Amino acid sequence: MNRRHLLALAGLAAVVLIAAGWSGGASANEATIGIHFSHYTPSDLTAKVGEPITITLRNDDPIAHEWIVGTPQLHEIHRTAPPEFHNQFPTEVTIPALTTRVTTVQFDAPGDYQYICHLPGHEAYGMVGTLHVVAD
Amino acid sequence: MRIFIATMAAFLAAVGVVAAPGVANACAGLIGSNGSVQLGTTTTLAGYDDGQEQYVTSFEFQGGGGQFGALIPLPGIPSNIERGGDWTLQRLERETTPVRFEAASFDTALAGSPRAEVIQEVTIDALDLTVLKGGGADVAAWAQEHNFSLSADAPEVLDFYAQRSPIFMAAVFDGDAAAARGQQLGDGTPVHLTIPTDNPWVPLRILGLGKLPSDIVTADVFLLTDQKPALLPLGKPGLDVSYNQTASNELLTDLRTDKGGSWVPEEAWLTKLQINSTVSDLNYDLAVDTSSAKSPSRVAAGLELVSAVTPSTPTGGSTLAWYWAAALGAAIGAVVLGGWRPWGGRR
Repeated sequence: MNRRHLLALAGLAAVVLIAAGWSGGASANEATIGIHFSHYTPSDLTAKVGEPITITLRNDDPIAHEWIVGTPQLHEIHRTAPPEFHNQFPTEVTIPALTTRVTTVQFDAPGDYQYICHLPGHEAYGMVGTLHVVAD
Repeated sequence: MRIFIATMAAFLAAVGVVAAPGVANACAGLIGSNGSVQLGTTTTLAGYDDGQEQYVTSFEFQGGGGQFGALIPLPGIPSNIERGGDWTLQRLERETTPVRFEAASFDTALAGSPRAEVIQEVTIDALDLTVLKGGGADVAAWAQEHNFSLSADAPEVLDFYAQRSPIFMAAVFDGDAAAARGQQLGDGTPVHLTIPTDNPWVPLRILGLGKLPSDIVTADVFLLTDQKPALLPLGKPGLDVSYNQTASNELLTDLRTDKGGSWVPEEAWLTKLQINSTVSDLNYDLAVDTSSAKSPSRVAAGLELVSAVTPSTPTGGSTLAWYWAAALGAAIGAVVLGGWRPWGGRR
Protein backbone atom coordinates (compact mmCIF):
# COMPACT_ATOMS: atom_id res chain seq x y z
CA MET A 1 0.00 0.00 0.00
CA ASN A 2 1.57 3.24 -1.03
CA ARG A 3 1.48 6.57 0.73
CA ARG A 4 -1.37 7.79 -1.40
CA HIS A 5 -3.58 4.97 -0.22
CA LEU A 6 -2.57 5.48 3.37
CA LEU A 7 -3.46 9.09 3.16
CA ALA A 8 -6.80 8.41 1.58
CA LEU A 9 -7.71 5.76 4.10
CA ALA A 10 -6.65 7.83 7.03
CA GLY A 11 -8.70 10.72 5.87
CA LEU A 12 -11.75 8.71 5.09
CA ALA A 13 -11.62 6.53 8.17
CA ALA A 14 -11.05 9.34 10.59
CA VAL A 15 -13.78 11.55 9.40
CA VAL A 16 -16.65 10.32 7.35
CA LEU A 17 -17.17 13.12 5.00
CA ILE A 18 -19.26 13.60 1.99
CA ALA A 19 -18.59 16.05 -0.73
CA ALA A 20 -21.76 17.87 -1.46
CA GLY A 21 -20.13 19.55 -4.39
CA TRP A 22 -16.61 20.70 -5.10
CA SER A 23 -17.65 24.15 -6.14
CA GLY A 24 -20.34 24.70 -3.66
CA GLY A 25 -23.26 22.38 -3.68
CA ALA A 26 -26.49 22.96 -1.83
CA SER A 27 -25.75 23.52 1.79
CA ALA A 28 -27.59 24.55 4.86
CA ASN A 29 -24.55 26.19 6.29
CA GLU A 30 -22.02 28.51 4.76
CA ALA A 31 -18.94 30.23 6.02
CA THR A 32 -16.04 32.21 4.68
CA ILE A 33 -12.48 31.86 5.86
CA GLY A 34 -10.14 34.64 4.92
CA ILE A 35 -6.41 34.09 4.68
CA HIS A 36 -4.20 37.08 5.33
CA PHE A 37 -0.56 37.21 6.38
CA SER A 38 -0.62 33.44 6.62
CA HIS A 39 -3.39 33.24 9.20
CA TYR A 40 -6.98 32.03 8.98
CA THR A 41 -9.81 34.35 9.92
CA PRO A 42 -11.82 33.12 11.67
CA SER A 43 -9.71 30.48 13.30
CA ASP A 44 -12.80 28.84 14.77
CA LEU A 45 -15.88 27.62 12.94
CA THR A 46 -18.83 25.56 14.06
CA ALA A 47 -20.77 23.01 12.00
CA LYS A 48 -23.49 20.57 12.83
CA VAL A 49 -23.02 16.85 12.76
CA GLY A 50 -24.30 15.30 9.58
CA GLU A 51 -24.95 18.59 7.84
CA PRO A 52 -22.85 19.84 4.96
CA ILE A 53 -21.13 23.15 5.37
CA THR A 54 -19.92 25.11 2.37
CA ILE A 55 -16.78 27.05 3.05
CA THR A 56 -15.41 29.82 0.89
CA LEU A 57 -11.65 30.07 1.23
CA ARG A 58 -10.38 33.50 0.22
CA ASN A 59 -6.61 33.82 -0.03
CA ASP A 60 -5.57 37.46 0.15
CA ASP A 61 -1.90 36.58 0.32
CA PRO A 62 0.49 36.65 -2.65
CA ILE A 63 1.54 33.10 -1.88
CA ALA A 64 -0.33 29.81 -2.02
CA HIS A 65 -1.90 28.25 1.03
CA GLU A 66 -3.77 25.11 1.98
CA TRP A 67 -6.84 24.35 4.00
CA ILE A 68 -6.77 20.81 5.23
CA VAL A 69 -9.28 19.73 7.84
CA GLY A 70 -9.37 16.47 9.71
CA THR A 71 -8.15 14.40 12.59
CA PRO A 72 -4.72 14.56 14.21
CA GLN A 73 -3.78 11.39 12.38
CA LEU A 74 -4.63 12.94 9.05
CA HIS A 75 -2.60 16.02 9.81
CA GLU A 76 0.36 13.96 10.88
CA ILE A 77 0.37 12.26 7.51
CA HIS A 78 0.12 15.58 5.70
CA ARG A 79 3.08 16.95 7.59
CA THR A 80 5.29 14.57 5.68
CA ALA A 81 3.28 13.81 2.57
CA PRO A 82 4.40 15.08 -0.80
CA PRO A 83 2.31 17.86 -2.29
CA GLU A 84 0.60 15.91 -5.03
CA PHE A 85 -1.91 14.59 -2.55
CA HIS A 86 -3.76 17.82 -2.27
CA ASN A 87 -7.01 18.78 -3.94
CA GLN A 88 -8.21 15.21 -4.08
CA PHE A 89 -10.73 15.60 -1.30
CA PRO A 90 -13.10 18.36 -0.25
CA THR A 91 -11.21 18.47 3.03
CA GLU A 92 -7.91 19.16 1.31
CA VAL A 93 -7.84 22.37 -0.64
CA THR A 94 -4.97 24.27 -2.16
CA ILE A 95 -5.71 27.96 -2.64
CA PRO A 96 -3.31 29.66 -5.06
CA ALA A 97 -2.17 33.19 -4.35
CA LEU A 98 -4.90 35.81 -4.48
CA THR A 99 -7.64 33.37 -5.37
CA THR A 100 -10.80 31.94 -3.85
CA ARG A 101 -11.86 28.33 -3.59
CA VAL A 102 -15.12 26.86 -2.38
CA THR A 103 -15.52 23.46 -0.81
CA THR A 104 -18.26 21.61 1.00
CA VAL A 105 -17.60 19.14 3.74
CA GLN A 106 -19.69 17.13 6.14
CA PHE A 107 -18.67 15.39 9.32
CA ASP A 108 -20.75 12.59 10.79
CA ALA A 109 -19.04 12.47 14.13
CA PRO A 110 -18.88 15.31 16.62
CA GLY A 111 -15.54 16.68 17.64
CA ASP A 112 -12.98 19.37 17.02
CA TYR A 113 -11.26 19.05 13.68
CA GLN A 114 -8.29 21.28 13.07
CA TYR A 115 -7.75 22.95 9.75
CA ILE A 116 -4.12 23.55 8.93
CA CYS A 117 -1.93 24.71 6.07
CA HIS A 118 0.75 22.10 5.68
CA LEU A 119 3.01 24.02 3.35
CA PRO A 120 6.45 24.16 4.95
CA GLY A 121 6.55 26.44 7.93
CA HIS A 122 2.96 27.61 7.63
CA GLU A 123 1.60 25.60 10.54
CA ALA A 124 4.42 26.78 12.77
CA TYR A 125 3.67 30.33 11.70
CA GLY A 126 0.12 29.97 12.95
CA MET A 127 -1.97 28.70 10.06
CA VAL A 128 -4.16 26.61 12.32
CA GLY A 129 -7.86 26.76 13.04
CA THR A 130 -10.56 24.52 14.43
CA LEU A 131 -13.84 23.33 13.01
CA HIS A 132 -16.11 22.44 15.90
CA VAL A 133 -18.61 19.80 14.84
CA VAL A 134 -21.45 19.69 17.30
CA ALA A 135 -24.66 17.75 17.72
CA ASP A 136 -27.98 19.55 17.47
CA MET B 1 14.25 24.09 -11.22
CA ARG B 2 12.73 24.86 -7.87
CA ILE B 3 14.62 26.93 -5.42
CA PHE B 4 14.55 26.17 -1.74
CA ILE B 5 15.08 28.28 1.28
CA ALA B 6 18.17 27.89 3.32
CA THR B 7 19.01 29.18 6.69
CA MET B 8 21.26 32.15 6.83
CA ALA B 9 24.02 31.49 9.25
CA ALA B 10 25.03 35.05 9.65
CA PHE B 11 24.57 38.37 8.05
CA LEU B 12 27.06 41.11 8.03
CA ALA B 13 26.08 44.48 6.83
CA ALA B 14 28.23 47.48 6.56
CA VAL B 15 26.50 50.71 5.98
CA GLY B 16 27.94 54.07 5.45
CA VAL B 17 26.24 57.40 5.43
CA VAL B 18 28.48 60.23 4.70
CA ALA B 19 28.36 63.96 4.31
CA ALA B 20 24.66 64.31 4.61
CA PRO B 21 22.00 63.81 7.19
CA GLY B 22 20.59 60.45 6.61
CA VAL B 23 20.63 56.79 7.01
CA ALA B 24 22.23 54.08 5.08
CA ASN B 25 21.10 50.59 5.20
CA ALA B 26 21.85 47.25 3.88
CA CYS B 27 20.14 44.00 4.39
CA ALA B 28 18.95 41.01 2.54
CA GLY B 29 16.62 38.16 2.95
CA LEU B 30 18.46 35.12 1.89
CA ILE B 31 17.47 32.00 0.11
CA GLY B 32 19.10 28.74 -0.56
CA SER B 33 18.84 26.13 -3.17
CA ASN B 34 17.82 22.57 -2.70
CA GLY B 35 19.30 22.73 0.74
CA SER B 36 22.66 22.04 -0.82
CA VAL B 37 23.88 25.54 -1.41
CA GLN B 38 23.93 27.91 1.46
CA LEU B 39 24.59 31.54 1.49
CA GLY B 40 27.23 32.09 4.09
CA THR B 41 28.15 35.36 5.55
CA THR B 42 26.94 38.32 3.58
CA THR B 43 28.90 41.46 4.08
CA THR B 44 27.59 44.78 2.91
CA LEU B 45 28.87 48.30 2.85
CA ALA B 46 26.72 51.23 1.95
CA GLY B 47 28.03 54.73 1.93
CA TYR B 48 26.03 57.84 1.37
CA ASP B 49 27.55 60.92 -0.13
CA ASP B 50 26.21 63.71 -2.27
CA GLY B 51 22.82 62.13 -2.80
CA GLN B 52 24.15 58.76 -3.82
CA GLU B 53 24.38 55.60 -1.84
CA GLN B 54 27.32 53.38 -2.61
CA TYR B 55 26.30 49.86 -1.81
CA VAL B 56 28.82 47.06 -1.75
CA THR B 57 27.82 43.58 -0.77
CA SER B 58 29.29 40.15 -1.20
CA PHE B 59 27.87 36.69 -1.56
CA GLU B 60 29.95 33.86 -0.26
CA PHE B 61 29.99 30.56 -2.07
CA GLN B 62 29.42 27.70 0.37
CA GLY B 63 29.49 24.86 -2.07
CA GLY B 64 26.83 22.64 -3.55
CA GLY B 65 24.85 22.88 -6.72
CA GLY B 66 21.68 24.44 -7.97
CA GLN B 67 20.57 27.97 -7.38
CA PHE B 68 19.95 30.14 -4.40
CA GLY B 69 19.47 33.79 -3.97
CA ALA B 70 18.50 36.80 -1.98
CA LEU B 71 16.29 39.79 -2.16
CA ILE B 72 18.13 42.87 -1.13
CA PRO B 73 16.32 45.98 -0.07
CA LEU B 74 17.55 49.09 -1.80
CA PRO B 75 16.84 52.74 -1.04
CA GLY B 76 16.33 53.49 -4.71
CA ILE B 77 16.91 52.41 -8.27
CA PRO B 78 20.60 51.82 -8.94
CA SER B 79 22.19 53.95 -11.61
CA ASN B 80 25.06 51.53 -11.88
CA ILE B 81 25.77 47.92 -10.91
CA GLU B 82 29.24 46.50 -11.21
CA ARG B 83 31.65 44.10 -9.63
CA GLY B 84 32.80 45.48 -6.34
CA GLY B 85 36.27 45.94 -4.97
CA ASP B 86 38.13 42.88 -3.85
CA TRP B 87 38.89 43.70 -0.25
CA THR B 88 36.84 46.66 0.96
CA LEU B 89 34.54 44.52 3.05
CA GLN B 90 37.36 42.52 4.58
CA ARG B 91 39.19 45.73 5.43
CA LEU B 92 36.17 47.02 7.32
CA GLU B 93 35.96 43.81 9.29
CA ARG B 94 39.61 44.00 10.16
CA GLU B 95 39.25 47.57 11.28
CA THR B 96 36.43 46.87 13.66
CA THR B 97 36.76 43.31 14.84
CA PRO B 98 39.81 43.60 17.10
CA VAL B 99 38.64 46.77 18.76
CA ARG B 100 36.54 46.52 21.88
CA PHE B 101 34.32 49.52 22.19
CA GLU B 102 33.89 50.71 25.73
CA ALA B 103 30.65 51.86 27.21
CA ALA B 104 28.69 52.79 24.18
CA SER B 105 26.54 55.65 25.29
CA PHE B 106 23.61 54.92 23.07
CA ASP B 107 20.46 55.01 25.04
CA THR B 108 20.13 52.71 24.13
CA ALA B 109 -8.65 42.38 -1.24
CA LEU B 110 -8.26 40.16 -3.82
CA ALA B 111 -6.04 42.07 -6.09
CA GLY B 112 -5.55 41.77 -9.77
CA SER B 113 -2.53 40.05 -11.16
CA PRO B 114 0.43 41.69 -9.50
CA ARG B 115 3.43 42.40 -11.66
CA ALA B 116 6.81 43.64 -10.61
CA GLU B 117 8.61 45.87 -13.06
CA VAL B 118 12.08 44.69 -13.95
CA ILE B 119 14.26 47.76 -13.85
CA GLN B 120 17.64 46.26 -14.53
CA GLU B 121 19.33 42.91 -15.01
CA VAL B 122 23.03 42.37 -14.50
CA THR B 123 25.19 39.26 -14.24
CA ILE B 124 28.33 39.36 -12.15
CA ASP B 125 30.28 36.13 -12.07
CA ALA B 126 27.77 33.51 -10.92
CA LEU B 127 25.30 36.07 -9.64
CA ASP B 128 22.25 37.13 -11.63
CA LEU B 129 20.99 40.44 -10.27
CA THR B 130 17.52 41.77 -11.02
CA VAL B 131 16.28 45.11 -9.77
CA LEU B 132 12.53 45.03 -9.26
CA LYS B 133 9.99 47.73 -8.66
CA GLY B 134 6.70 46.82 -7.12
CA GLY B 135 4.76 46.05 -3.99
CA GLY B 136 4.94 42.95 -1.91
CA ALA B 137 2.46 41.05 -4.03
CA ASP B 138 4.32 42.10 -7.18
CA VAL B 139 7.61 40.80 -5.89
CA ALA B 140 6.00 37.64 -4.62
CA ALA B 141 4.52 37.00 -8.02
CA TRP B 142 7.86 37.60 -9.71
CA ALA B 143 9.54 35.22 -7.34
CA GLN B 144 7.06 32.46 -7.97
CA GLU B 145 7.26 32.97 -11.70
CA HIS B 146 10.97 32.37 -11.31
CA ASN B 147 10.42 29.14 -9.43
CA PHE B 148 10.84 30.57 -5.99
CA SER B 149 8.25 30.26 -3.30
CA LEU B 150 8.01 32.51 -0.31
CA SER B 151 7.87 31.45 3.30
CA ALA B 152 4.78 31.84 5.47
CA ASP B 153 5.93 35.12 6.97
CA ALA B 154 6.73 36.65 3.59
CA PRO B 155 3.35 38.30 2.95
CA GLU B 156 3.49 40.21 6.23
CA VAL B 157 7.16 41.09 5.98
CA LEU B 158 6.89 42.11 2.35
CA ASP B 159 3.98 44.33 3.20
CA PHE B 160 5.89 45.77 6.14
CA TYR B 161 8.56 46.99 3.74
CA ALA B 162 6.52 47.67 0.66
CA GLN B 163 4.67 50.42 2.46
CA ARG B 164 7.93 52.32 2.47
CA SER B 165 9.90 51.05 -0.46
CA PRO B 166 8.98 49.51 -3.80
CA ILE B 167 12.53 48.64 -4.87
CA PHE B 168 14.05 45.21 -4.45
CA MET B 169 17.08 43.54 -5.89
CA ALA B 170 16.90 39.81 -6.40
CA ALA B 171 20.27 38.15 -6.45
CA VAL B 172 20.25 34.61 -7.71
CA PHE B 173 23.44 32.72 -7.15
CA ASP B 174 24.04 29.80 -9.45
CA GLY B 175 26.00 27.26 -7.47
CA ASP B 176 26.71 25.15 -10.51
CA ALA B 177 28.05 28.16 -12.38
CA ALA B 178 30.18 29.09 -9.38
CA ALA B 179 31.66 25.64 -9.29
CA ALA B 180 32.24 25.73 -13.03
CA ARG B 181 34.04 29.03 -12.61
CA GLY B 182 36.35 27.42 -10.14
CA GLN B 183 35.07 29.34 -7.14
CA GLN B 184 36.19 27.82 -3.90
CA LEU B 185 34.27 27.51 -0.68
CA GLY B 186 34.19 30.82 1.05
CA ASP B 187 34.87 32.82 -2.08
CA GLY B 188 32.83 35.96 -2.17
CA THR B 189 31.43 37.84 -5.12
CA PRO B 190 31.43 41.55 -4.33
CA VAL B 191 28.78 43.71 -5.93
CA HIS B 192 28.82 47.49 -5.96
CA LEU B 193 25.68 49.51 -6.58
CA THR B 194 25.40 53.25 -6.93
CA ILE B 195 21.97 54.37 -5.82
CA PRO B 196 20.79 57.95 -6.12
CA THR B 197 18.53 58.56 -3.17
CA ASP B 198 17.61 61.07 -0.53
CA ASN B 199 16.38 58.39 1.79
CA PRO B 200 18.81 55.66 2.72
CA TRP B 201 17.76 53.37 5.57
CA VAL B 202 18.65 49.98 6.99
CA PRO B 203 16.17 47.10 6.98
CA LEU B 204 16.82 44.57 9.73
CA ARG B 205 13.54 42.74 10.18
CA ILE B 206 14.01 41.05 6.88
CA LEU B 207 16.90 39.10 8.32
CA GLY B 208 14.39 36.93 10.13
CA LEU B 209 12.42 36.11 7.05
CA GLY B 210 11.73 32.43 6.70
CA LYS B 211 12.92 31.66 10.18
CA LEU B 212 11.06 30.53 13.26
CA PRO B 213 10.32 33.11 15.95
CA SER B 214 12.79 31.45 18.28
CA ASP B 215 15.60 31.31 15.73
CA ILE B 216 18.59 33.54 16.30
CA VAL B 217 19.65 36.17 13.81
CA THR B 218 23.22 37.35 13.96
CA ALA B 219 24.42 40.31 11.98
CA ASP B 220 27.00 43.04 12.00
CA VAL B 221 25.88 46.39 10.70
CA PHE B 222 28.44 49.05 9.88
CA LEU B 223 27.61 52.72 9.63
CA LEU B 224 30.01 55.17 8.08
CA THR B 225 28.63 58.64 8.65
CA ASP B 226 29.84 62.18 8.51
CA GLN B 227 29.15 62.58 12.23
CA LYS B 228 28.31 60.42 15.19
CA PRO B 229 24.81 59.22 14.32
CA ALA B 230 21.64 59.07 16.33
CA LEU B 231 20.09 55.62 16.08
CA LEU B 232 16.63 54.19 16.46
CA PRO B 233 15.72 51.89 18.02
CA LEU B 234 18.09 51.67 20.95
CA GLY B 235 18.10 49.33 23.88
CA LYS B 236 16.48 46.48 22.05
CA PRO B 237 17.39 42.98 23.19
CA GLY B 238 20.21 41.63 21.09
CA LEU B 239 21.17 44.96 19.52
CA ASP B 240 24.50 46.28 20.74
CA VAL B 241 26.94 48.94 19.63
CA SER B 242 30.39 47.41 19.54
CA TYR B 243 32.39 50.08 17.74
CA ASN B 244 31.78 53.77 17.74
CA GLN B 245 34.54 56.19 16.88
CA THR B 246 36.08 58.31 14.18
CA ALA B 247 37.14 56.23 11.24
CA SER B 248 40.88 56.09 10.98
CA ASN B 249 42.64 57.74 8.09
CA GLU B 250 44.26 54.43 7.34
CA LEU B 251 40.88 52.75 6.96
CA LEU B 252 39.44 55.48 4.77
CA THR B 253 42.53 55.52 2.62
CA ASP B 254 42.38 51.77 2.20
CA LEU B 255 38.71 51.83 1.32
CA ARG B 256 39.30 54.63 -1.13
CA THR B 257 41.99 52.77 -2.97
CA ASP B 258 39.95 49.63 -3.55
CA LYS B 259 38.01 49.31 -6.80
CA GLY B 260 35.03 51.66 -6.79
CA GLY B 261 36.14 53.32 -3.57
CA SER B 262 36.59 56.84 -4.87
CA TRP B 263 33.40 57.90 -3.09
CA VAL B 264 34.92 57.33 0.35
CA PRO B 265 35.24 60.71 2.09
CA GLU B 266 38.24 62.20 3.81
CA GLU B 267 36.62 62.05 7.22
CA ALA B 268 33.89 59.84 8.63
CA TRP B 269 32.47 58.28 11.78
CA LEU B 270 32.41 54.49 11.98
CA THR B 271 29.79 52.65 13.97
CA LYS B 272 29.37 48.92 14.21
CA LEU B 273 26.21 47.37 15.57
CA GLN B 274 26.04 43.72 16.40
CA ILE B 275 22.76 41.89 16.26
CA ASN B 276 22.25 38.65 18.13
CA SER B 277 18.51 38.53 18.42
CA THR B 278 15.62 36.14 18.18
CA VAL B 279 13.48 36.58 15.12
CA SER B 280 10.51 37.54 17.26
CA ASP B 281 12.47 40.39 18.84
CA LEU B 282 13.90 41.61 15.56
CA ASN B 283 10.73 43.34 14.46
CA TYR B 284 12.25 46.67 13.52
CA ASP B 285 14.63 48.35 11.12
CA LEU B 286 17.45 50.74 11.85
CA ALA B 287 16.95 54.44 11.41
CA VAL B 288 19.93 56.75 11.55
CA ASP B 289 20.13 60.50 11.71
CA THR B 290 23.42 62.33 11.47
CA SER B 291 21.90 65.75 11.41
CA SER B 292 21.88 68.14 14.34
CA ALA B 293 18.30 67.14 15.03
CA LYS B 294 19.41 63.71 16.19
CA SER B 295 15.92 62.51 15.49
CA PRO B 296 15.76 59.25 13.57
CA SER B 297 12.40 58.45 12.05
CA ARG B 298 10.13 56.00 13.83
CA VAL B 299 8.63 55.16 10.45
CA ALA B 300 12.04 54.39 8.99
CA ALA B 301 12.71 52.18 11.99
CA GLY B 302 9.48 50.33 11.37
CA LEU B 303 8.13 51.34 14.76
CA GLU B 304 5.18 53.23 13.31
CA LEU B 305 3.07 52.71 10.29
CA VAL B 306 3.31 55.23 7.54
CA SER B 307 -0.23 56.38 8.09
CA ALA B 308 0.32 56.81 11.82
CA VAL B 309 2.91 59.52 11.41
CA THR B 310 2.17 63.16 11.51
CA PRO B 311 4.45 65.74 9.98
CA SER B 312 6.88 67.52 12.17
CA THR B 313 9.27 70.35 11.64
CA PRO B 314 12.69 69.07 12.43
CA THR B 315 15.47 71.39 13.29
CA GLY B 316 18.84 71.21 11.74
CA GLY B 317 17.72 69.29 8.72
CA SER B 318 16.67 66.11 10.41
CA THR B 319 16.10 63.08 8.32
CA LEU B 320 12.67 62.83 9.89
CA ALA B 321 11.27 64.99 7.17
CA TRP B 322 12.72 62.74 4.55
CA TYR B 323 11.09 59.68 5.90
CA TRP B 324 7.76 61.29 6.24
CA ALA B 325 7.93 62.56 2.73
CA ALA B 326 9.00 59.18 1.53
CA ALA B 327 6.17 57.59 3.40
CA LEU B 328 3.74 59.75 1.54
CA GLY B 329 4.90 58.45 -1.72
CA ALA B 330 8.23 59.76 -2.66
CA ALA B 331 9.16 56.33 -1.80
CA ILE B 332 12.42 54.97 -2.47
CA GLY B 333 13.64 52.24 -0.67
CA ALA B 334 13.60 48.83 -0.51
CA VAL B 335 13.25 45.66 0.83
CA VAL B 336 12.50 42.27 1.38
CA LEU B 337 12.64 38.81 0.98
CA GLY B 338 13.05 35.87 2.81
CA GLY B 339 12.55 32.35 2.87
CA TRP B 340 11.78 30.85 -0.39
CA ARG B 341 10.52 27.37 -0.66
CA PRO B 342 9.46 25.23 -3.50
CA TRP B 343 5.85 25.54 -4.37
CA GLY B 344 3.95 23.06 -2.31
CA GLY B 345 7.10 21.50 -1.02
CA ARG B 346 7.38 19.52 2.14
CA ARG B 347 10.05 19.37 4.76
